[in-house]
Amino acid sequence: MSEAMLSIQKLTKRFGGLTAVDDISIEVPERSIYAVIGPNGAGKTTLFNCITGFYRPEEGAVRLAGGGNLERLRPDEIARLGVTRTYQNIRLFADLTALENVQIGLHHRLRTGLVGAILRPPAARREEAWALGEARRLLAYVDLAEEGDQVARNLPYGAQRRLEIARALATEPRLLLLDEPTAGMNPNETAEMIDFIRRLRDDLGLTVLLIEHDMKVIMTVSQRITVMDFGQKIAEGTPAEIQANPRVIEAYLGRGAAAAGKGV
Amino acid sequence: MSRSLLQHPSLRSGLIAGLVTVFLGLVGFLSAFQDDALLVGHLLGANRSLTLGTAVVLAALIWAGARAAPAGRPGWPAPRGPLYGALAGLVAALVLAAFARLGRSVDLRAIFPKASPELYDMVAFSGGAFAGEAGWELLRLLILGAAMGLLGALWQGLAPRSRRLATPAILLVLGLGVFAEQFLLVLAHNGIAEHFRGWLFLKGGGLAAPGAILVAVLAVAAGLAAERGWTPRQALARQAPARRRAILSLGWTLALALTLVLPWLLGSYHSDVLDTVGLYALMGLGLNIVVGFAGMLDLGYVAFFALGAYTAAVLTSKESFLAPCIRLVEGVCAEHMPLTGFWVAVPAAVLVAGLGGVLLGIPVLKMRGDYLAIITLGFGEIIRILAQSDWLRPYLGGSQGIAGIAPATIPFSGIAVAGLRKPQLLFYLILAACLLAVFIARRLRDSRLGRAWMAIREDEDVAEAMGIHLVMTKLMAFGTGAALAGLAGTLFGVKLTTIYPHSFALLVSINILALIIVGGMGSIAGVMVGALVLVGLPELLRDFQDFRWMAFGAVLVWMMLNRPEGLLPDAERRRELRPEGAPAAAD
Repeated sequence: MSEAMLSIQKLTKRFGGLTAVDDISIEVPERSIYAVIGPNGAGKTTLFNCITGFYRPEEGAVRLAGGGNLERLRPDEIARLGVTRTYQNIRLFADLTALENVQIGLHHRLRTGLVGAILRPPAARREEAWALGEARRLLAYVDLAEEGDQVARNLPYGAQRRLEIARALATEPRLLLLDEPTAGMNPNETAEMIDFIRRLRDDLGLTVLLIEHDMKVIMTVSQRITVMDFGQKIAEGTPAEIQANPRVIEAYLGRGAAAAGKGV
Repeated sequence: MSRSLLQHPSLRSGLIAGLVTVFLGLVGFLSAFQDDALLVGHLLGANRSLTLGTAVVLAALIWAGARAAPAGRPGWPAPRGPLYGALAGLVAALVLAAFARLGRSVDLRAIFPKASPELYDMVAFSGGAFAGEAGWELLRLLILGAAMGLLGALWQGLAPRSRRLATPAILLVLGLGVFAEQFLLVLAHNGIAEHFRGWLFLKGGGLAAPGAILVAVLAVAAGLAAERGWTPRQALARQAPARRRAILSLGWTLALALTLVLPWLLGSYHSDVLDTVGLYALMGLGLNIVVGFAGMLDLGYVAFFALGAYTAAVLTSKESFLAPCIRLVEGVCAEHMPLTGFWVAVPAAVLVAGLGGVLLGIPVLKMRGDYLAIITLGFGEIIRILAQSDWLRPYLGGSQGIAGIAPATIPFSGIAVAGLRKPQLLFYLILAACLLAVFIARRLRDSRLGRAWMAIREDEDVAEAMGIHLVMTKLMAFGTGAALAGLAGTLFGVKLTTIYPHSFALLVSINILALIIVGGMGSIAGVMVGALVLVGLPELLRDFQDFRWMAFGAVLVWMMLNRPEGLLPDAERRRELRPEGAPAAAD
């Protein structure tokens, strides 16, 4: 594996007395699919929020290869450095069309300002035309070419998930954070999504960090896994290592199951 | 009285209708419109008119009947509908009779100054044209009540289609009756009033019977045509695209031409109303960028209007503290180029207001929703109070304001916007400003910036996570909106020639916000319609005296309950432009 795309060091985030993320260190190799798993309330989404700048961590550092430290930056600055995310409960711009959603993702790659928007000089026209083409290309990439003019909230569930990823891709990320991308999907859709995540890495050269609950997804798609419980990292390794780790089984299924030695 | 009887629909509706009518009578609403003829006609051997006040009483009786009648099979009155309706009308009439009886035996005027004998005659339908023997009064009132209630019940039982056809006809006739004086004024201005007055309007100001029938028939015919797909829009949709475009552009040209001659057709007074409407539309377009596009609730928008107005006033007024300096500058370089006057004040005011928007925006834009609303509310008041303060009196004139604001000039012609034709001339300046604002708003909406605003409106957190710089993007919305308010402020100063702090009260901000909401949040055409309805209508409803604001409030409440998306919502426009199944490659 090459150098780390994202390196999280001793990250801690507290809410009052609760330590939601406790001294977490993670190295995400470039062009890898890395999973963070753990029971509900383990602090996975808080970790995402710290990486993307929505929360300020109290301690620790988040370093992006070629982007410096992220932990003191605003979310928009982090997005411009090439880190974008999707949300556990889909957060599209629900009343806008699919096309507009993707165009908004293109925002920081465009330059037209207030005066340019009003006077619309040739450069601005060219940029708008490019943005429209790029947005359509991205929609086609996630198999939504026909749905561009649909209002986002009217799209079927799976399409909304894909649209959210298209919007994230529009920001031209190097690191893509997916928060439970297969939540609420049927086995068919899940299999397609797994395929799709692989393509993101292989075709686009993205590094993917994902939170997932579905063990089958994690074991098939991810190269490395970190397991969190109560804000702490309790294990890290390859899928095979994690599967055999008694602490992980304990966290997921309870002490009895671990003692009985049942697999996951 | 037993509980079940009280719950009887006829009794309840009748009581409600009767008591509401009594209330309207006591507060003076009915007597205010006793002379306002809606319809005038020849009936039972004499000229009789239906006054607005009487129409309200009749409407209450009809409403009682309609409300009491149970819903039956569509197209048929329910079996007991007519009975219930008549009963409800009877109950309402009884309430009115009791009220008239009470009022005639006890003088209520000590408490309710409007409770005059004329009011009792009015609600009891006696006196005047109905004068007759007192003994018959009660019977006549009860029969009338029952008849009106029956009418309401029958209306309720009409097929939805008939009601759909009849409603616009009735509303149109009533509307024409209410606005008869306004129409007459416009017609008189153009010297064609005499041709129409004879059969469309009568001297009392009301609509004449032939006119009313003609209008109703036309309205029903239009409804029938719409049912068969004969509306202009549908007819247009059937044309070939190239032809459609040609027809549309012809239509726009005609509309523009009509707009250009409009002030001369309308005359001075209505042009002045139109100017006010235009100013509010201009501010509405500006605030729409802030509230409609970017979703930031700004309740202090009037502050930027004031900034623009005061900047322009200080720069152009004879009485301004800057006047000596300006005269000096004029003396030195006026031969070479105009350095003062309206056309210098405009960019200065726009700049000052826009800067004011940005400066206010920097500290407050981190707030969201309600908090932002409160802060901007405070800022709006601060600006007004500063303008009023003794501290700034030497510069801004305190509560006397600044008088003697120089008139605007029409560019390249040297015509000053002043004198008798001022409202008409000013219309063109305001129209130009509005068109500019529409152009700016449309361009911004369809740009990267407009999309960023929409994103912030929809979900601020996600917008930021997608790389949108929140503060910068919001500042641009705030600054652009404020700059347009500054432009409106300049024109406002020119229109009035004197500005006072109290012209910039909170109510202005609220009105602009209301017109955006009524027109349809975020919709540019909606702003125009909203300004016409909310600013133009109250001006035209001057007949209603103090009650126009009550009517206005009632319209607002009704609007929000029945059409919360506004009159011309933006989403509808989108659906119109991209009908289902149309090829997406159109753009």
